[in-house]
Order: sequence, then C-alpha cells, then structure tokens
Amino acid sequence: MMNRSIILALLAAPTLLVAASAHASLRIFACEPEWAALAQELGGSLVDVSVATGALQDPHQIQAKPSLIARARNADMVVCTGAELEIGWLPILLQQSGNAKVQPGQPGNFAAADSVRKLDVPGQLDRSQGDVHAAGNPHIQTDPRNIARVAEALGARLQQIDPAHAADYAQRQADFGRRWQQAIARWTALAVPLKGVPVVSQHKAFVYLYDWLGLKEVAVLEPKPGIEPTASHLQSVQATLKANPARMVLYAAYQDPRASEWLSKNAGVAVVKIPFTVGGTDGAKDLFSLFDDTIARLLAGTGKP
Amino acid sequence: MPKLFLAGCALALAAPLSALADTAEEITALRREIETIRTDYEARLQALERRLIASERSSAAAVQASTGAAEMATLTAPTPTAPATVGSAPGASSSGANAFNPAISLILSGLYTRTSQDPARYAISGFALPAGAEVGPGTRGFSLTESELGFAASVDPWLRGAASIALHGDNSVSVEEAYIQTTSLGNGLSLKAGRFFSGVGYLNSKHAHTWDFVDNPLAYQAMLGTQFGDDGVQLTWIAPVDQFVEVGVELGRGRSFPGGDNGRNGAGMVALTAHTGGDIGASQSWRAGLSVLSTKASDQLLDGLDTAGNAVINSFGGRTRVWVADGVWKWAPNGNASRTSLTLQAEFLRSNRNGSLVYDVANANSAGAYRAVQSGWYLQGVYQFMPRWRLGLRTERLTPGTPDYGANTGLLAASDYRPYKNTLMLDFNASEFSRVRLQLAQDRSRQGLADRQLFIQYQVSLGAHGAHRY
Repeated sequence: MMNRSIILALLAAPTLLVAASAHASLRIFACEPEWAALAQELGGSLVDVSVATGALQDPHQIQAKPSLIARARNADMVVCTGAELEIGWLPILLQQSGNAKVQPGQPGNFAAADSVRKLDVPGQLDRSQGDVHAAGNPHIQTDPRNIARVAEALGARLQQIDPAHAADYAQRQADFGRRWQQAIARWTALAVPLKGVPVVSQHKAFVYLYDWLGLKEVAVLEPKPGIEPTASHLQSVQATLKANPARMVLYAAYQDPRASEWLSKNAGVAVVKIPFTVGGTDGAKDLFSLFDDTIARLLAGTGKP
Repeated sequence: MPKLFLAGCALALAAPLSALADTAEEITALRREIETIRTDYEARLQALERRLIASERSSAAAVQASTGAAEMATLTAPTPTAPATVGSAPGASSSGANAFNPAISLILSGLYTRTSQDPARYAISGFALPAGAEVGPGTRGFSLTESELGFAASVDPWLRGAASIALHGDNSVSVEEAYIQTTSLGNGLSLKAGRFFSGVGYLNSKHAHTWDFVDNPLAYQAMLGTQFGDDGVQLTWIAPVDQFVEVGVELGRGRSFPGGDNGRNGAGMVALTAHTGGDIGASQSWRAGLSVLSTKASDQLLDGLDTAGNAVINSFGGRTRVWVADGVWKWAPNGNASRTSLTLQAEFLRSNRNGSLVYDVANANSAGAYRAVQSGWYLQGVYQFMPRWRLGLRTERLTPGTPDYGANTGLLAASDYRPYKNTLMLDFNASEFSRVRLQLAQDRSRQGLADRQLFIQYQVSLGAHGAHRY
C-alpha cells in the first residue's frame, strides 16, 4: 500500500513540474539585451523575459550552449534582431529546442530587423568582403527611430500571441510610443552639435546611429567587417586621418578597445565607448538611459558637453 | 630618364585617384541626402499607417465588444505583417524555381603528413579492428582529405532535411548523413530518421571540420570505428526545466563497427543518451553526459595476430556494448570568446564485447567463446590565447584488458601493453571560414614502435555556413 502511493507520487511529480512551469505569463526569449528591455516595456508583468546574451558579449559569436537550449525549449516567443546577426547560433538553438512555437515562420519567432529599412545592403555578396550580411547591416538598435518601428511590430505580435491580454499590450504600447517619441525629440535636440562631425568606427556597428545624428564616418578600424584590426591597416587609417581628420573614434562596449586606444594615442582623436545595448555601460540601465548615455558620451567626445 | 617617367606615371595615376575620392565623397553625401528624404517619407507613411490601424482597431474594438475576445486574434493577426513589408530581403527577389534551393555548403580540406613509421601498417595494439578500418594518420605526404558537401532546408511546415556527402581523396563518395527531422512536434521532442551520427558521447556527432585536432581520439578509433553513424531513427526530448536535460533513444540497423549487418529484421543498434548542462556565472558553461550504445554483429572479420606474431583474420559474432561518459567545460571572460577562451573536454569509453570468435577463418577456422572488456580515455584543452590563434593539447590512453578466448585460449597473441598518445596543436583562423593547423603527435599505439607525426592542414568553408553545435 505504502509502495503504491510512492509510485503514484513519483508518477505525479513530472506532471506537477510541467504544470508549475506552465505559469500564466508569456515566456519571452530575447537574443539581445535591447530586445529584452523592449519586450519588458511592452509586456510589463504579463511577460517573463530572459536574455540570451550580455552587453559585453559579441552577438555574432555566441554558442548554442546548454543553458540557452533549455530556455529556448521553454519559451513562448523568441525576440531576436534577425538580418543574419544570430546566424552562427540561433538556427541550431531552435532546431535543438524541440519547440514548435518558436520555429522560423511561426508567430512566436520575431525578428526585429524585419520592421526597419536596412542600411549597408551589400551590392555584391562575396566573403572576400569579410563578414558581410546579405540582408544589410544588422545593428539596427543604435537608432531610436528603429526601436519605435520595432515596438509597433512587437506590440502587434504580442497581441496576436496572447490575445487574452491584447488590450493591455495595446495600452502599454501606446504609452511607450508616446514617451519614446518625446525622448527622441529630446535626444535629437541635444545632438544637434554632432551633425557633420567626422568620426572613425572600430566595427561597422553604428551606421544607423550616424544616419540618425548625421555623424560622418571617415574610416573603419576593421579592415573588413568582422576581421580584427591589423597593425598595417591601423597605420593606413592614421594616414587617412592626416588628410581627413576625425574628431573621435567609437567602439562598442563588447569590443576590445585596444585598436581604438592606439588610434586615439597616435592620431590625437578622442576615444568614445558606446554602450551599444542596455547594460553596455553603467549609465545604460534601460532603453531610455541607453540613448541618454550614448548622446552624453558623444557630446563629451566632441568636447561640447 | 626612367625615374622621370615613373614619377610621371605615378602623378598621372594619382591625379584621377584624388578626383575619384572627391566624387566618391560627393556620391556618399548625395546618397545620405536621398536616404534622409526617404526615411522622412517613410516616417510620414508609417504615421499614416498607424492612424489607419488605430482607426481600424477602434472600429474592430466596437465589433469585438459584441463578438467576444476570441475574434480578437483574427482581427489583429494581419497587423504585424504590415510593417514586415518595409524590410527588404534581397534573397526573396531571386525568382523562379531556384528561390527554394537548399542552403549549400562545401568544406575543402588538405593535409601534409609526415610520420616516422609506415602508416600502411598502422594498428592499435590489443584492439581487433575490421580490415580497412579508418584508423591512424592515413597517407604520407600531401593528400586531399574529405571534401564535405552539405545541403539543408525546410521540407514543409513540419519537417526539415539535411544531407552531408563526403567526397574522399581516393575519388570515392560516401553519404555521411542524410536525414529528415521534425520541427513541429513541440514539447521538447524531436524525431530524426535516416542516416545520422549517433548522439552518444560529445565528439561523436561532430563533423570532421569542427574537430579541434586533425584526428579523432584513439578511444573513438578503437571502439566506435572513429565515428559511429547508422541508418535508423532517433528521438530526443528536452525536459521542461531551467536546467538543460536532454535524453535520447536511437534504433538502427547496426550498419558499421562495432556493429555489423546481420540480415535480421530487428534493430541491430540501440543507443540511449542522457546529457545535462548549464552555466556557472557569465563566463563558464558546461555539459556532461552518459550514453550507452549496444550493437549486434555476425561474421565481422577482424584483423588479429597469432602467438607467433603472424597476421590472421578472425570472425566475431555477438553483442557489443559501449558506455561513454563525456564532459566539456568552456570559459571565456564575460562569455565573450572573441579574444581569449579555454575549452577543457574529456571522455571515457568502455567497450564490452560478448559472443563467439572464429580464429583464423582462412586456415584453422576454430570457433570459441569470446569476451573482452576494453576501455580508453582522452583529456584535451584548447586555449585561444589571442584573437585567431588557438593552442591545443591532448593526452590519451587505452586499456585493452585481457580477452577471454574460450576454446581458442593460447592461440592469439596476448599483451598487457597500454597504447598512449600525446598531441600538440596550433591553429590560425584567418576568419570564421578558414583555418590552418599544425599538429605534432607522439603516437605509441603500436607496442614497441614510437610514431612521431607531423600534420599541416587547411580547412575552409564555402557557401552557407551552418551554425555549429555546442
């Protein structure tokens, strides 16, 4: 008799486990911190967001590690950049997850880059050009106007996946949209002195930021996208800057700053660390402070704070 | 005079170059302007779209109030597709039947090999392997190693398919993997059918171009036929918990060593796998597992030595059970492996062969019982000490045990020699898509013979570059 109840308890345990993990809130697996922050803004307490990568990790080079497979398996929705940024790890992660809801083409698979117009779409696709992305430059989150577009699409998708709370999502989205537009207006006004300022980038990671603020990229430290800066290429950049001087050199928080620091020392330009995503710097705590901090750092770099 | 000529040429070349630079700048400036105009228009269009959607919604909301919440999903469903049309996907424009071509990849690899012992007479002392087994360093001198052609695509909303075809240096072709896999079972389940590498251990399912060394460990060569693949079905399940827990079961024909075709209807191979893993902070991750592979074989011809040291061919029939314990631990500062990283991995294999052995099928042809328990392990570390450069060390050892030959006791050579090997590797990865590797090894697989090996290898990847497993 005793034995039978133990067996029953053992049989019931996994069922309870499944029931416990199937709690009410929508489980969102975000590939990068900026989309985790956006999903949190739009979902509030209705969503349970986990993020696959940190701000100090290179989103191109992540491995489909066990912890990520486990989280993708339990997700109701995957929110990623798309545009091939995660091509080295997300496809295998989704294949291994055994989760039908988040496979490509399903409503639970959301790619942010689908909602924005991409820049740097290569005219010619050849790997002699380095790690180029066929769909265009995937680092769309450096322009807040792109975040606004993604928020529209993500809000609509949340309503589709979780129709029971559609009205809540719509309300949160409208509220976020209003606050975001005000913030964009504030940032744009603050950033007026940055227009036309010549800069150097360590990686072609800021085209959308430049497009928004009118900064002018005069050189890139990576000889080709995704290829580490070499000494000879750094010297040629230094030579370029003699004829075509730049005010600052920008690198993303996850990158090794040594190349930018070398140029700063040898060409006398200010070096500016860009948080790049939420958590990249101490100041970038959420989406709003991410851009507050980015603008403040750029203004400080030009010497006009 | 020639100097003047050269200077003239240089000037003539330089002048249009600077002019070119000017116009290039003008063009980029123009492009920027057009881009800003375009984005302005887009913003206005989107504002209009938003208003349209909002008005649609408010009317929809009125309808919804009467029709209930269930209708809401269908009403709001079309909206997310609206902004999606803004994105431009160049791939989508390629028209016609080719637009659905699978992702195609090609791995090219070449090798220079230098060994102090003749690789044609390579053997692993104490381990009976089938004639022609792919063990040892292969061919001396320059050789083309396997070129691997890969195809992968979705089949329909429920399945995906993948194949990898190996084109060997000797002009033969083999199908390494060709399988279909479900994408829609859900609940953590995934079913695979066709030919695939078994999920036992850590290295077994990895393709040769993702190995950290030129060759697979001795334990794999001696007990799993270098890499065990079979025709069959595989079901894996991932538990619905935060910790990664994956279990799998495989059924197959038992096509290759340690199995062998036996002409029966039932499964000649059964494998059970269990793996778990997770993170330790932001910088470390790990995976560990235990698997067992059970195969049947009949009339499996194995190379052997009689007590006088002459080569004989014996025939094995019976069951082989291989247990594999595997563990891997990876470290990178803050989880960012682009500058430095370290991977430690180890596996322990234990093979248990149980059945009968016919000694010297060509002459004596004497049958007897056979039981052998053999084991082996390897431990390796690969350290990326700066971007693009990795250094690896591997040490390994095999224990052949003392086989019980039943009625044939005393006819076959016996020794308690334990083969071992130490390997050092240095590779340079110019990009994600190319690698050049130098490998030095001291291989003591053959009793009494030290084989010093040197390899120089290149590996490149063309076309679609599939994501790699952990």
